[in-house]
Amino acid sequence: MTAIALRGLNIAYAGTPVVRDVTLDVAEGESFALVGESGSGKSTVLKAITGLAPEWTGSIEVLGRPAAHHPDRKLARVVQMVFQDPYGSLHPRKTVDAVLTEALAIHGIGDRDARVEAVLRDVGLDRRFRFRYPHQLSGGQRQRVAIARALVLEPRILLLDEPTSALDVSVQAEILNLLKRLRAEHRLTYLLVTHNLPVVSFMCDRVAIMNRGRVVEIAPAAALHDGEFQDSYSRQLYAASGGNSPMESAGR
Amino acid sequence: MTAPLLSVRDLRVSFPRRDGGRINVVDGLSFDLGRERLGIVGESGSGKSMTGRAILRLVRPPGRVEASRLAFEGEDLTTLSERRMRALRGARISMVMQDPRYSLNPVMTVGRQIAEALRVHTPLGRAATRARVLQMLQDVRINDPERVAAMYPHEVSGGMGQRIMIAMMLIPRPSLLIADEPTSALDVSVQAQVLGLMDSLVRGNGMGLILISHDLDLVARYCDRILVMNAGRVVETCEARRLGEATHPYTRGLLAAVPRMRETRAELPTLDRRAWEGT
Ligand SMILES: Nc1ncnc2c1ncn2[C@@H]1O[C@H](COP(=O)(O)OP(=O)(O)OP(=O)(O)O)[C@@H](O)[C@H]1O
Ligand SMILES: Nc1ncnc2c1ncn2[C@@H]1O[C@H](COP(=O)(O)OP(=O)(O)OP(=O)(O)O)[C@@H](O)[C@H]1O
Ligand SMILES: [Mg+2]
Ligand SMILES: [Mg+2]
Repeated sequence: MTAIALRGLNIAYAGTPVVRDVTLDVAEGESFALVGESGSGKSTVLKAITGLAPEWTGSIEVLGRPAAHHPDRKLARVVQMVFQDPYGSLHPRKTVDAVLTEALAIHGIGDRDARVEAVLRDVGLDRRFRFRYPHQLSGGQRQRVAIARALVLEPRILLLDEPTSALDVSVQAEILNLLKRLRAEHRLTYLLVTHNLPVVSFMCDRVAIMNRGRVVEIAPAAALHDGEFQDSYSRQLYAASGGNSPMESAGR
Repeated sequence: MTAPLLSVRDLRVSFPRRDGGRINVVDGLSFDLGRERLGIVGESGSGKSMTGRAILRLVRPPGRVEASRLAFEGEDLTTLSERRMRALRGARISMVMQDPRYSLNPVMTVGRQIAEALRVHTPLGRAATRARVLQMLQDVRINDPERVAAMYPHEVSGGMGQRIMIAMMLIPRPSLLIADEPTSALDVSVQAQVLGLMDSLVRGNGMGLILISHDLDLVARYCDRILVMNAGRVVETCEARRLGEATHPYTRGLLAAVPRMRETRAELPTLDRRAWEGT
């Protein structure tokens, strides 16, 4: 089944078009990357899928159902999003525990205490962090709480917006390994926004490259091994990321 | 030898523990900074951001900062009045915070905020201020500065937010810039341009730069020296271009955890960090 189907998707903010004519399919169980220029509309695509960027035309289907032009609780049970700014997505006056417990309560999920404990362990945060407020955490710790909040609901689809770009490489490695394992175990689907092509190489099956609001190319992630991209912007991005350097293949 | 731009000795930042004691999240840090580029890397929670905030005296209670020496351009920062400290912040020392969009004022346009930052330091006429603001936005590779200057922080993308924050911090031409993960949301080519800009200010204007980043490649390329932190302490210092030859097991572990363009490993190696994670 198709997890996410976007057809001729146009998205605007207050009448100003930002994303134009995006068509792509993400299969169930697939890990799909969205990369491209800053400001090209990557976060906007994720926001449209979850109803947070409501001015869109064209079609969005999630697991075969048309998506709404507003946030939808039923959809939230199956699709969770990790936002680019962890600070903004966490309530400043709620502890980590409250954020996670409430998310479970809203969706009527029981066994909350054990679930909260387990998910915090999964993202590498021990008990000390459970009753902290966001301002009492480091940037990377906050980002892990945001990831935990999405995971705790056990959604089928995760929309991940730069989930590890604020994390140091060792925590990034843990989170990426965790996401990979969860996908294999539960057949999760990922739509992942990142500017880090090596992360795509590790995590994803296919990649869409965006430039100025359009998808200019969709390629298998294996293209990162040999630089086989069709579009000139894609090739430019690959080269700028050090893709053509022989050092890279030796793994530095 | 001339006095260093910034001199830090035995810096400690502590927070209360539940049992009534205190825990040091920065634990005896010492370094000198000249008009050069110093990189700080290290584990999440190792105290990198707190170090930056402590220098600017931005650690809020119940956090506490102590140091046997904390001097900037010969001035003792620990005893400076809050009023003098405010005048210093943003004018002579700037810090690009890790969460840029939430460090910006949500109800003021981006252009006005950058203009304010300039005005505090160099009062100019309206037209001249505006011209400087637009030029600064262009310098951080914002393509359509007029449009972006009129936007509110929630209307800009993640990468634009970072560049706006950098523009705001650079426009008063500080002598020291502390940049906390300043380019983590930028793709490599824009990142290179923004770091190139900071670099030219270090070389051209003699600015000192502390670059906090988890991106080992990036600090190796853009810094002169690197401090590797772990649990509030420096575990290794090295010349930036020798980072690849670092010897501390912790640093080696960090290097191995970086994904590669032609990745074939099914799993990335991780560190056993239980013993380290700060408070
Ligand atoms: N709420 C909003 N109102 C108006 N314009 C917006 C709003 N949110 C985003 N935009 C604009 O839409 C464009 C695309 O933004 P988006 O956040 O999708 O970019 P992005 O590809 O995620 O970039 P980055 O990699 O920098 O995060 C940008 O020009 C941005 O200024
Ligand atoms: N208000 C607070 N109370 C208690 N502990 C705190 C508080 N604020 C921060 N800490 C702790 O201080 C430690 C150092 O935090 P800091 O923000 O300096 O980490 P960092 O090295 O910048 O990490 P990251 O790479 O994740 O941003 C962390 O373990 C954090 O949880
Ligand atoms: Mg974005
Ligand atoms: Mg930090």
